[in-house]
Amino acid sequence: MRKRLTGILAGIGLSLACTTSVFAQELTIFWAEWDPANYLQELANEYEKETGVKVTVETTPWSDFQTKAFTEFNAKGSAYDLIVGDSQWLGAASEAGHYVDLTDFVKENKVLETMAPATVKFYAEYPGNSGKYWSIPAEGDAVGWSYRKDWFEDPKEKEAFKAKYGYELDAPKTWKELRDISEFFHRPDEKRYGVAIYTDNSYDAMAMGFENALFSYGGDLGNPETYQVEGYINSDKAVAALDAYKELYKFTPPGWAKTFFVEDNQAITEGLAAMSMNYFAFFPALLNESTNPHAKNTGFFANPAGPGGDQYAALGGQGISIVSYSENKEEAFKFLKWFIKDETQKRWAELGGYTCNKAVLESEAFQKATPYNKAFYDTMFKVKDFWAVPEYAELLTQLNQRVYPAIVGGEGTSKETLDALAKDWTETFKKYGRLK
Amino acid sequence: MATAVMTSLDPKSRAAARGMSDIAIRNLFIVPTIVFLIVFNVFPLIYSLGYSFTDFRASTNSPANFVGLQNYRALLNDPFIWNNFAITAKYVIVSVVGQVLVGFGTAMLLNRTIPFKGLLTTLLLLPMMLSMAVVGLFWKLLYDPSFGIINYALGLGTFEWLANPRMALYAVAITDIWMWSPFVMLLSLAGLSAVPKHLYEAAAIDRAGPFYTFFRITLPLVAPILMIAIIFRTMEAFKTFDLAYVLTSQPTTELISIRLYKMAFQEWQTGMSCAFAYIVLLMVLAITNIYVKYLNKVKER
Repeated sequence: MRKRLTGILAGIGLSLACTTSVFAQELTIFWAEWDPANYLQELANEYEKETGVKVTVETTPWSDFQTKAFTEFNAKGSAYDLIVGDSQWLGAASEAGHYVDLTDFVKENKVLETMAPATVKFYAEYPGNSGKYWSIPAEGDAVGWSYRKDWFEDPKEKEAFKAKYGYELDAPKTWKELRDISEFFHRPDEKRYGVAIYTDNSYDAMAMGFENALFSYGGDLGNPETYQVEGYINSDKAVAALDAYKELYKFTPPGWAKTFFVEDNQAITEGLAAMSMNYFAFFPALLNESTNPHAKNTGFFANPAGPGGDQYAALGGQGISIVSYSENKEEAFKFLKWFIKDETQKRWAELGGYTCNKAVLESEAFQKATPYNKAFYDTMFKVKDFWAVPEYAELLTQLNQRVYPAIVGGEGTSKETLDALAKDWTETFKKYGRLK
Repeated sequence: MATAVMTSLDPKSRAAARGMSDIAIRNLFIVPTIVFLIVFNVFPLIYSLGYSFTDFRASTNSPANFVGLQNYRALLNDPFIWNNFAITAKYVIVSVVGQVLVGFGTAMLLNRTIPFKGLLTTLLLLPMMLSMAVVGLFWKLLYDPSFGIINYALGLGTFEWLANPRMALYAVAITDIWMWSPFVMLLSLAGLSAVPKHLYEAAAIDRAGPFYTFFRITLPLVAPILMIAIIFRTMEAFKTFDLAYVLTSQPTTELISIRLYKMAFQEWQTGMSCAFAYIVLLMVLAITNIYVKYLNKVKER
């Protein structure tokens, strides 16, 4: 009996000793559940081979990524050492001290020189233009478009299109062409529809979709330094952009009222729509014959320019940050140092991750690797993002409350909608003391 | 004998042999439950009442400032919040009325000698045993305008159940009715089978018509148990979250619980959402109270 007891005690002691020593060699990265997270795990496995430090990428579905991450932050939990968080979180996470300040790290390791400038600005810096950095750009992403090459290249269609609109049918270069082509291919009786856009209003989908029109029409959300929105979000350009987005909604497949990246890819794979907006991160699935029967006939283009020639796209993607409550910060810094190396970034791109590394992006090998990499490269230098202030979710709710009924329900004029939104946002910014 | 067991300890039992009194045993069973309730229910309830008077945000480290009734004032002046309440009221009425009609009707049909009655009842109960989120996902497919089976079966072409802002709430209510009518049916069935057969025989001898029999005998006798079903369903319908959240994201289907979820866990307005939760709690209490009063009246009759 006594022997057995000593045995058990020794066992417990041994396992305790083992776990503590293992803990020091382990890192956990938290991200959402999607393909890039799997690519990151593969990359991390190579890190383990090099250094012996085991890195686990833990994931959760997109719909509760934000909630789960912030619940863990608020509880000051140390479950995650690093987190690949959305760009909108920067304000909330940095002001509350959830993220470790990476300003010195960024400067020492010349991140500003090696990464594309827009990515550092939107994924890492908060407040805007402050020179304070909280993340390292990890997964670059923006909205692009996929289209059905076979429909576009059909000589009969080309002829009919030219007869109707007076110019060649090709991947659209302006929002006007985008509209015309959507109208041209919108044939409900043939079960073919013009275009697939984002409309889901439960989080940021609607904002990300509408921003593509807004920024390219030369409109803006507001002044990022003074937080003034009156005269920006309800400017004539913004109103024209909302009109354009509303018009596109008319050419979407039936029931297109709660759609985000899954539905927009389905629009192509199910042969429903001629064109579909989506984040670049979801394009690999469109080239895969097992997930897209039209893979051979799918083409890609960057978000087209607005009437004034402006061409911007809504930013997706995430930076990687160190969680303040992590017990392995030193190891986490070592991992980041390895992650930003040019070779690692090159490998990251090869695995399917969207690198933000300038040299890799500019390399011919990268741009030729897939049919959409060139469009991605073009886009990553002209992206804009939503507000990154801590109250961004309230701003999103207000945008959804105003813009969704206008687009999907056809309520009110665009001017009325955006005037009301400007008022809501002004009140919110006043409430948090950003606007006097 | 039964009462003796309940009020005093069997002197031959092991507990008695250890010298434990009845009261000690009682406390042993009750105290942990009470402590559990206080720690996990009562304490958060009171704590959140405190938060509802502050501008606290759980996502930041800044301290909570006392703002008095500001949260309540802001919420009750927000037209969007009132709209959420109106939507919820409409949803509760449509779905509970629908469930009572369908559930009670099915119970009436089943309350007779038919072959395979047990099997039939069990099969009819299946919908309420599924998870809400799974039901939502299934019905989203069934309602799909391009390939959904509902439009195909009813020959509705590409009718947009969930994308049409006016139809979406009814579509959610229909799903809820499908799922929870069996619950009303089950309770009604219990009530119906408890109605003494001799009352019907007496009515038949007096040549009472079927309507008279239904309104004078069946309904009054089933009413108390039906009221309980209605109370449960009303409270549940008031709290509906998952079904509506999974099925659609129309502003016309934004029930209070969905708005509350967004406010608390997407916007992290903790103080404001505590105030909101209290307003909802008061409303549910008020409505339940009316029902309970009515239930007591029905029972007295």
